[in-house]
Amino acid sequence: MSSRNFDFVLAIGGEAGQGIATPGDILARIFIRRGLHLYTYNAYQSIIRGGHILLFMRVSDQQVDNHGDKLDLLLCLNQDTMDRHLSLMGAGSTVVYNADTITPGDVPDGVQLCPLPVSELTESRNRLIQNTIAVGTVMALMGQDFEALEESLSLRFNRMGQEVVDENVAAARAGYDYANENLMIKTDQVPAGPKPLAVWAGNEAVAMGGAAAGVKFYAAYPMSPSTGVLHWMAQHARDLGIMVRQIEDEIGVANMVIGAAHAGARSMCATSGGGFALMTEAVGAAGMMEIPVVFIDVQRAGPSTGVPTKTEQGDLWQALGASQGDFQKFIVAPTSALDAYKTMPELFNLTDKYQCPGMVLIDLLIGEGRATFDPDEVDMQPEINRGALLTEAAQQNGYKRYENTESGISPRAIAGLEGYVHVVATDEHDEDSTLLSDEFTDPTKRRMMVEKRDRKMSTVLDDVSAPSLEGPADADVTLIGWGSTWGVIKEAVELLQEQGVRANHLPFKWIVPFHADEVTEIVNSAKKTIMIENNFSGQFYRYMRSETGLSVDGHIRKYDGEPFAPHHIVEGVLEHLARETDIFVPTEILKV
Amino acid sequence: MTTTTKTSDGNSLPQLTAKDFKGPVDPDWCPGCGDFGVLNSLQRASSELGLRPHQILTVSGIGCSSNFPGYFNSFGMHTLHGRSLAVATGAKLANHELNVIVTGGDGDGYGIGGNHFTHTARRNVDLTYLVMNNQIYGLTTGQVSPTSREGMLTKSTPFGSIEPPLNPITSAIMNGATYIARGYSGDIRHLTDIIKGAIEHRGFSIVDIFSPCTTFNRDNDHPFFKQRVKKLEDEGHDTTDWQLACEKAMEWGDTIYTGLFMQIEGRKTLGDRERVLREGGPLAHRPLGLNDKQVEKIISGMM
Repeated sequence: MSSRNFDFVLAIGGEAGQGIATPGDILARIFIRRGLHLYTYNAYQSIIRGGHILLFMRVSDQQVDNHGDKLDLLLCLNQDTMDRHLSLMGAGSTVVYNADTITPGDVPDGVQLCPLPVSELTESRNRLIQNTIAVGTVMALMGQDFEALEESLSLRFNRMGQEVVDENVAAARAGYDYANENLMIKTDQVPAGPKPLAVWAGNEAVAMGGAAAGVKFYAAYPMSPSTGVLHWMAQHARDLGIMVRQIEDEIGVANMVIGAAHAGARSMCATSGGGFALMTEAVGAAGMMEIPVVFIDVQRAGPSTGVPTKTEQGDLWQALGASQGDFQKFIVAPTSALDAYKTMPELFNLTDKYQCPGMVLIDLLIGEGRATFDPDEVDMQPEINRGALLTEAAQQNGYKRYENTESGISPRAIAGLEGYVHVVATDEHDEDSTLLSDEFTDPTKRRMMVEKRDRKMSTVLDDVSAPSLEGPADADVTLIGWGSTWGVIKEAVELLQEQGVRANHLPFKWIVPFHADEVTEIVNSAKKTIMIENNFSGQFYRYMRSETGLSVDGHIRKYDGEPFAPHHIVEGVLEHLARETDIFVPTEILKV
Repeated sequence: MTTTTKTSDGNSLPQLTAKDFKGPVDPDWCPGCGDFGVLNSLQRASSELGLRPHQILTVSGIGCSSNFPGYFNSFGMHTLHGRSLAVATGAKLANHELNVIVTGGDGDGYGIGGNHFTHTARRNVDLTYLVMNNQIYGLTTGQVSPTSREGMLTKSTPFGSIEPPLNPITSAIMNGATYIARGYSGDIRHLTDIIKGAIEHRGFSIVDIFSPCTTFNRDNDHPFFKQRVKKLEDEGHDTTDWQLACEKAMEWGDTIYTGLFMQIEGRKTLGDRERVLREGGPLAHRPLGLNDKQVEKIISGMM
């Protein structure tokens, strides 16, 4: 992208158990302390030890929202990485590897090979020390000072004692000096940003968003790729006064958060598609009992167990169809980690106001991807509004939990509040909670209650932002996406502009409620429309069609488990414009 | 006996009667249903313990007996089939000042909800669980249940059940419940005392209650139990001996024991073990959001 002075992608490949995360963390810390922006995507397999991992880390002086189209530097921790990825490297790129154990194959033109004689550079028998040597080499290749690396190593290893810190600093120094003496060093200096940045994974962002929104009860059953939410919550539970429980199954999780929410605590849970399937009966229960709770689905490639460590936007219809019958709900698909953070307090205020469940659809890409953020731009004390919630005891009788009000919103008393004794029920019930089956099933009352619950949503479109175009209004082609594709489509629009194609972007975040009128106007005004989704069947396309009757001119879909890179979309758009396809599926496969 | 209840501002309130715990709706149970006796017993127990309706949350699943919260004057949640213990755990942890009483049947608790039964007992959540065990699925008009006897003829086992029944008492003991009792809805005075003990007990208390289904279970009716039930108290049973408790619980012939099989006092509940609940009162009443110190600590950890 032309406005970037610095845009560098490095990848670290090895097998699970080889400690890829550590050099990744060390490098990330150096970059963010320098004020550089970062985006990481970790391609891995569902094997704890031995599976192949490739960690992409894109670093730039500008905000980065995807892992990019190129690799500038590949750090191979094993032969497998070399065999799989050497062919991906382009002219001007660099490959660093342990020469004692790894041999390169056919080297593409212009690729600099950096073999490290690890056994000559260290006397340590720690098999992970090769990683630290390599980090030293990478820092030298990027023209960085050694001091920042030394500081980052100290921070990383000081818990393990000074001896470990010293061993790693010495190893890094050896790799750094070796590179300076023997390898071709990039002359263009890595820039520095105006101030240090912070980094989070999307899972941490939604957990933090929940905490900032006042979540007091969090329950979960571990499931990839959602487990990071549980880990963050568990780690911070005591400091923040949040009850965090790991429960026997997702059915228990969902019902437990409903119980906690009814007692008055803001409550949420996170899972992935399979766990969400188990939760769905409870989603409807929250709808029927009018209890606000938030369910987070960090989507992975399905169906069924699917591809547990791969990303997909495949659960949209599962969320739309979660639980039987008609009930009121929110479904929101945040577009980035930062957006996921900001969405949580907003969603809690909405579910409290409208007394219904809220579902958040992120995916492995957002949830496990890491991105930098500026802490000064993140509101950690957002407005909290609990709607028509009764919390003060009163001497009274005749409280009707489901009073048939004009707005449809019935003031909600928390359990235990004197003067407001009432029952909530998953059976259809009257205003005073009497089960309609106890009244020999009353069609008039049933109709009244269905309409009451529906009526409360009559103002909801005013409370959430309508989708809007990003980029020139008179573009030749409009790219439509939802949720996590925002970052990659945004960059594709810029790349297309460089190639002379005027494109704009219509990203969707709110799924339910849906601004059908605004969407119809935008789509009908577009010259050409292409829908981009990380799934097989065009789930959002079919949903948009069901809500508006609108169609689109073409599709770009990916369902191989890997996320889109900007060039996939650029290629797809160009093929559509050349009228070569209706549905473009990028098939370039990263061998991970 | 008259007792009084004190409010938080020091005023004394007169003790409520069992009738005060009558809910707004009359039960729609079949005439002669065992569940009437359980409802009656809980109303008496609540009165005798000096409780007020707003201090109690009854939570149920689905089934004839799970209609209970509508017939009892307290806060109530009539939730999903099998999920009452999960919902009740969430409510109890969010407001540990509530007396949370879970009501339901054998299919709800030991069948579809079996996983939660195991883990709620293991965690020793401070709940009172009243299971109206009629050894049949009544609301679905008479199918075999997890506690139906082997050989029982039901609509789903027209040639006789080939599965042995589950023993709720030994299961509860093995899973870690700390107050394990059995009652019979035909003996309201005895059942009331057992329920009072269960509510007063700190920890997970379960009362498995013979609550005969007069419509669909011809095998285990009132005459069946009247001839067989014997109270453990009458035999000087030692409620601290788990092996003895299991032996007594497995006796199922001319004698079937009711009463308190086992009680472990002083074992920490889940809420007692949870650091987050140690100070600050119920979670549900605490201020929401993060303070400056918490924000600073979170952000510094991410830089």
